[in-house]
Amino acid sequence: MLRIECPWCGIRNEDEFSYGGDASVQRPTDDASQDDWYDYVYTRNNPAGRHSEYWHHANGCRAWIKVERDTVSHEIFSVTPASPNLPSGNRED
Amino acid sequence: MSQQYRTSNGGQINRARSISFTFDGKSYTGFEGDTLASALLANGVHLMGRSFKYHRPRGIQTAGSEEPNAIVELRTGPRKEPNTRATTIELFDGLVAKSQNRWPSLAFDAMAINNLFSPLLSAGFYYKTFMWPASFWTNVYEHVIRRAAGLGTAPTEADPDFYEQCHEHCDVMIVGAGPAGLSAALAAASTDARVILLDEHPLLGGSLNSENFSIDGKPGNEWAAEAVAKLEAMDNVHLMTRTTLFGYYDHNVVAAIEKVSDHLPVPAKGHPRQRMWTFYPGRVILATGATERPLVFGNNDKPGVMLASAARTYANLYGVKPGRRAVIATNNNDAYRSALDLHRAGVNVVAVVDSRQHPGTQLVAELEKLSIRLIAGATVGAAEGRQHVKAAQIVTTQGDTLDPERIECDLIAASGGWNPNVHLHSQSGAKPVYDDSITSFIPGDSRQAEVSIGAAKGSFSLQNCLDQGTAAGAEAAKLAGFKAANIKAASAKDEGAYAIEALWISPTPYNKSFKQFVDQQNDVKSSDVALASQEGYDSAELLKRYTTQGMATDQGKTSNVNTLAILACQRGEPVPEVGITTFRPPYVAVAMGVFAGHTVGYDFMPVRRTAIHDWNEKQGAVFIEAGLWLRARYYPQRPGDTMNDCYIRETNATRSNVALVDVTSLGKIDIQGPDAAEFLNRLYINNWLKLPIGKARYGIMLREDGMVFDDGTTSRLAENHYYMTTTTANAGPVLAHMEQYHQSEWPELDVVFCSVTEQWTGIAVAGPNSRKLLEKVIDIDLSNEAFPFMAAGECRMNNIPGRLFRISFSGELAYEINVPADYGEQAWLELLEAGKEMGVSVYGTEALGTMRIEKGHVAGSELDGRTTAKDLGLEGLANRGKHFIGKHNSERPALLDEGRLQVVGLKSLVVDRNLRIGSQLVDPKVKLATVNQSQGHITATTYSPQLECGIALGLLRDGASRHGEQLDAVFPLDDETLKVEVCHPVFIDPEGELVRA
Repeated sequence: MLRIECPWCGIRNEDEFSYGGDASVQRPTDDASQDDWYDYVYTRNNPAGRHSEYWHHANGCRAWIKVERDTVSHEIFSVTPASPNLPSGNRED
Repeated sequence: MSQQYRTSNGGQINRARSISFTFDGKSYTGFEGDTLASALLANGVHLMGRSFKYHRPRGIQTAGSEEPNAIVELRTGPRKEPNTRATTIELFDGLVAKSQNRWPSLAFDAMAINNLFSPLLSAGFYYKTFMWPASFWTNVYEHVIRRAAGLGTAPTEADPDFYEQCHEHCDVMIVGAGPAGLSAALAAASTDARVILLDEHPLLGGSLNSENFSIDGKPGNEWAAEAVAKLEAMDNVHLMTRTTLFGYYDHNVVAAIEKVSDHLPVPAKGHPRQRMWTFYPGRVILATGATERPLVFGNNDKPGVMLASAARTYANLYGVKPGRRAVIATNNNDAYRSALDLHRAGVNVVAVVDSRQHPGTQLVAELEKLSIRLIAGATVGAAEGRQHVKAAQIVTTQGDTLDPERIECDLIAASGGWNPNVHLHSQSGAKPVYDDSITSFIPGDSRQAEVSIGAAKGSFSLQNCLDQGTAAGAEAAKLAGFKAANIKAASAKDEGAYAIEALWISPTPYNKSFKQFVDQQNDVKSSDVALASQEGYDSAELLKRYTTQGMATDQGKTSNVNTLAILACQRGEPVPEVGITTFRPPYVAVAMGVFAGHTVGYDFMPVRRTAIHDWNEKQGAVFIEAGLWLRARYYPQRPGDTMNDCYIRETNATRSNVALVDVTSLGKIDIQGPDAAEFLNRLYINNWLKLPIGKARYGIMLREDGMVFDDGTTSRLAENHYYMTTTTANAGPVLAHMEQYHQSEWPELDVVFCSVTEQWTGIAVAGPNSRKLLEKVIDIDLSNEAFPFMAAGECRMNNIPGRLFRISFSGELAYEINVPADYGEQAWLELLEAGKEMGVSVYGTEALGTMRIEKGHVAGSELDGRTTAKDLGLEGLANRGKHFIGKHNSERPALLDEGRLQVVGLKSLVVDRNLRIGSQLVDPKVKLATVNQSQGHITATTYSPQLECGIALGLLRDGASRHGEQLDAVFPLDDETLKVEVCHPVFIDPEGELVRA
């Protein structure tokens, strides 16, 4: 059972979240090539170790978050909002 | 004579309370505090069952949850529980148990003939013996194996009891309440830390209850009872008995099973049978003790052969003599305790056989004092006897084994040494390491917030257990953020050294080959390990799977280390080179019911009901599950009405007059903000920037890979206010999809949205008279000019606020009205009332489906995740001049190529025969057996009352250009072939005149 620290809600059980895929891939711009779009959808690394991934706090605050996780040890290094442009969570407020 | 093997006094049983029970139909009595195993032993019953493969008679090996042999079927009827360890079953009045895997009876088992065919059942026999001919598999092999091999049988009735799931947080969790665990709990609890101490036994104290220890000048069990009383009185301590930690998971989450009612005939009213606990401890202290391993000698599986510690546990804890004449076999000092304790209990200990050449002098003196014979440098080579041990054949461990000494006995209490219980440590992700000084595995470096102490760490002296417990308890509390405790460890009498010398396998007398079992539950012998090694399966993980050692319900608790060591001997390497297999949860067998908890039957999933549900129920509607929703499927009107009768009547009533259908389950998402239109424009393939206020539009969403994701209508209610509908199935996924793109890709868009599916009741009013009906209750102008097809707006229906949409799924003139859910039933009733004189009716999802197929609207069965907008004939909606999700990948050449499956209509050419979903569309000229001939399949079917024949929608290769072709629709499972004609998917009103009327 992973325990994920939602930036808004604090530490919550994995089963409140759903996995949302690889967060290390960048969505191409509209004028990017067909190959870039193909890679964006289909080409993935499968690292044994540190990995950036999206999770959705589906049974919680509905936030999409980025989780830095070790795919071998499951250690979680950081959890941030899905986009750096979103205001970060501040639970002390 | 009853309980002829009971000692005259001693043991922690209540001799004042007699308990009667039956085993294999025969009645016995025991005492309160007994296990089924101890009570049977008290009555001289050793034979408990037949073994897995060879059907050999088996008895009681151990006194705990590691038991491989004494597994029985407990209780009867719906509470019957197969493969239950007699050694852990607490005796209760009226207990009924049965032996397993024997036929016709335990004493005479016809299948014991397998014993003679054992060469066929050796290592890897699954892969060798039952290979050919293939036709034998289902008819012979499977049948025979199922009957001959195996354990108990599952109950056939539903479990009448319920199971609970609980969660608890704590700072320090201590697993195991022996001397180390109790010391740790006392130290940790002396701070303010929240402490949980749990133990699988009903009585806390662990080995202090089964051994004759002395702590602080008191008997060990008294010291334990005092420690427990002290802990019980503390507010920050949660003591749990009958609770086994079975899983150590990531992020220091652990799970345990609490056997709340297993010791009772039936659970008390309102109490669960068992409870599953999920704990979130700050620190975990594993004081799980050690498990003794058997010696591997010939016929070491005979009833009457027992672990040395188990033999003295029966004497000390239960007041039972496990035999009358005992031979103790050992390779370490610890088993001498068994000689002394059994002697004290009145068992005639005829010899201690010690494989070491030079046993410790202090022990030799103690035996001499009691006139117990010691044979050093020797061990048991084989046990004699058919259904019970009659004698032990003693061989020397060095030199000649041809001429064994025969010692008559009915009990061989053997100790091959002790294995620390490193299971939970291993489950936590750590790797146990081999320690030569105890010839076993001890915990390695911790990977999580856990530490092992005492016997679980390989420290077998009592004083070490007390010291380590006290230190670890204080340290764990400190690490969890509490002030250090200042508490002194209790002091114990010196027990002397353990001094083990490895003996992995006994020499065999007369150089004869005996069956020497390593894994008794799965019937794996030392010769199987040798054979597997010879055949190349000589790594620990391969060997396990090839021989099935360690894969039975006991998870090889008594057999793992012996097997690895024997494998190491085979490979001529030290044990650490062979390594150790990974332990995985669960540590003990856990009933599926516990994992299910309350989520069974009616509570398996939540049920979503619409506001009109009660009315539907009163009408006798037949419901269908749509996701979590219950939707009315059809409405029988008179006895004997079939589903076909109903949907045909409901469809005709709609198309000829007017009818209502509850469409509440469609997903509804309220979208607001200055960038709402831009947001929709990126989500949908079609254009949204110019949708006027008061208009609805049908839209298609793609996934990023270019396949259609969902469809629905979205209406613009105000300048910056849109109202989206999704399919019932995708209501959740579409919302999550929108959230992801808004939060991760386009956070700059000023838009907010939320699901309002449950806030609004949706009612579709369809049929040529729908306008006439609505005009009676709606306050806005419904003329075609004022409120044309695809109009949307707010309205009032009598006094109910609502939103009206002129959209049509049926293909008829139709409207959809949404009202706040609290008004849902009222709105439905008022519409029925207003339409009464016109003969308004209602319809369910079957008629809804019929009409959508007739109209050629695609739905979930066509939006199967593999179809593009082009495949569905909807490419015309796309605006490829703008950006939208899935745009680029939907333009991949392969998706535009010829040969893709495209949506078509299909008409049955066979009178009175409806088509079938899943039928394959094939060329009638090609023979059925030819491979790769399917050109498509049928996705949705109905009888069409309009066309008066069976019709369908399907996906057909290049279907859009094949209208008019005749094909076969084949359903090979039922050997059915029907002729069909391909046509345009819109069967009725292709120009859309009705909806615009």
